[in-house]
Amino acid sequence: MPNAILTLSNVTKQFGSLLASDAVTLDLRPGEIHALIGPNGAGKSTLIKQIAGEIKSDSGDIHFNGQNINELDAVARSRMGLARTFQVSSLMPEFSVLQNVMLARQSVSGKVFRFFRPVLSDASLIEPAMAQLERVGLADRAQMRAADISHGERRQLEMAVALALEPKAFLLDEPMAGMGPEGSKRLTGFLDGLRGQAPILLVEHDMDAVFALADRISVLVYGRIIATGTVDDIRANDDVKRAYLGEDA
Amino acid sequence: MTMNRETLINSILAITLIAVPLIALGMDEPFIITLATKVAIFAMAGVGLNLVLGYGGLVSFGHAAFFGIGGYAAGILASHALNYEPIMSWPFELEGTTQMIIIWIVALIASALIALAIGAITLRTSGVYFIMITLAFAQMIYYFAISWPAYGGEDGLSIYVRNGFPGLNTLDPISFFALCAVMLGIAMAFSAVLIRSRFGLALQGARQNTQRMTAVGIAPFRIRLVAFVISAMITALAGALYADLNRFVSPSMLSWHMSGEIMVFVILGGVGRLFGPLAGAGLYIILEHLLGGVWEFWQLPLGVLLLIVVLFARGGLVGVLAGERKHA
Repeated sequence: MPNAILTLSNVTKQFGSLLASDAVTLDLRPGEIHALIGPNGAGKSTLIKQIAGEIKSDSGDIHFNGQNINELDAVARSRMGLARTFQVSSLMPEFSVLQNVMLARQSVSGKVFRFFRPVLSDASLIEPAMAQLERVGLADRAQMRAADISHGERRQLEMAVALALEPKAFLLDEPMAGMGPEGSKRLTGFLDGLRGQAPILLVEHDMDAVFALADRISVLVYGRIIATGTVDDIRANDDVKRAYLGEDA
Repeated sequence: MTMNRETLINSILAITLIAVPLIALGMDEPFIITLATKVAIFAMAGVGLNLVLGYGGLVSFGHAAFFGIGGYAAGILASHALNYEPIMSWPFELEGTTQMIIIWIVALIASALIALAIGAITLRTSGVYFIMITLAFAQMIYYFAISWPAYGGEDGLSIYVRNGFPGLNTLDPISFFALCAVMLGIAMAFSAVLIRSRFGLALQGARQNTQRMTAVGIAPFRIRLVAFVISAMITALAGALYADLNRFVSPSMLSWHMSGEIMVFVILGGVGRLFGPLAGAGLYIILEHLLGGVWEFWQLPLGVLLLIVVLFARGGLVGVLAGERKHA
């Protein structure tokens, strides 16, 4: 698939005797949401970490934006335009909500080593950061400490930080986790519109969200992709039914 | 309201530091002026450490290395100047000096280079390993100073006449105090600006969550290394002043006791508080001279106090008086 933005070819990772990723091959194409589903312990988060550069693969190739990124670390991959969110919110707890997003904007600006100008009145960071907070509906929480907002709001903040990075692709690791039905519904609507900005590799347990959003679905079981296809393909696939969805699905 | 209260506490601390030596001058108590000078210098050493310890979350147990390097910069340059011996004659001739400004520049450059080397290695570790490796490097420099006979070895090096500063009689206690207090003020102002800058935001981010830093594309290592170097330079400048205060420099300035003391100033006063090191150094010197005069085990109550601060008052003295810190 020459025009895919992100391509994994035979990506493998072994922890001792556990094969966490077994020759995983998949791609992410412009404009799509590609959902990665699978039972607990299938290796979804490990795969996200390998793509983000937090874990080094044993073998295989990862291409991003036409470049082999095997040797790039997580910082370099983020700077290339791979933005990820974490399964368990990973934020700066002592910073305000706004500061969390400003830090991302600061990284995008490329000007981190500035020692004298006060950052908290820097309109070139505040304005784009506030814009992202408004998009995810957190503008009224901007001045609160990240540690003091609710769980659902922290999930929204994770999204705002990812958005602020203006990435070429999103890696979303269970963005709906613990959101509640109302929050999940809202986020589903939001992600639906987001695919136009950049394609999304979506790891998610919420099947309603996955079936509503995904252009394609890959099913990961014991580190191996057993099927890739459209929502209808996956619903009809017998292997998937057996391995994951259960016979009654 | 907490911000206002902290500003009030800070103002009281600053005014006390200036008022005490002025009153002592009126009462003709030069020893008190010397104590206040010591507080200003120790506070400055703490301001340096606070940058990495308080804002960066990096527990350096080796800052005596930089304090001592500053001290030896003053001692070595002055001793060459007073003996009319060049420091080196080849490939170019380098003379000693008794000018503080030149000494400070040498102290800043020397400490920056050594901090760059030490930081480049130690900052690859974290937690207990970082504490231990910074300690190990400082001890290496300590033993080097002890075994280097050219500059006094274990006996240290005397500075016969306090080094000079243009337009100032540095031998006059109150003038020298004023110089140290101004230097402390500059260090604190610089530190305050730094903390509020983009770099400061990144440094405080690196303290809280490395994973998140990496994910937004900022490498914590580089941020920390720059902070470590700046921190060392501030502490080295304090060391140069300390050597001039005592007119003496010895390996004890490089010892791990000294690293511990600088750490105590920061923790006692308030980790990550701009005026914490001043409060901590002040309290330390007051305790040393009130209790130390009557009881040789004065460090016992200090230890208990430190324990209480660590267990119950993480914000130190400033934290207790001013309340919890508002976010960054």
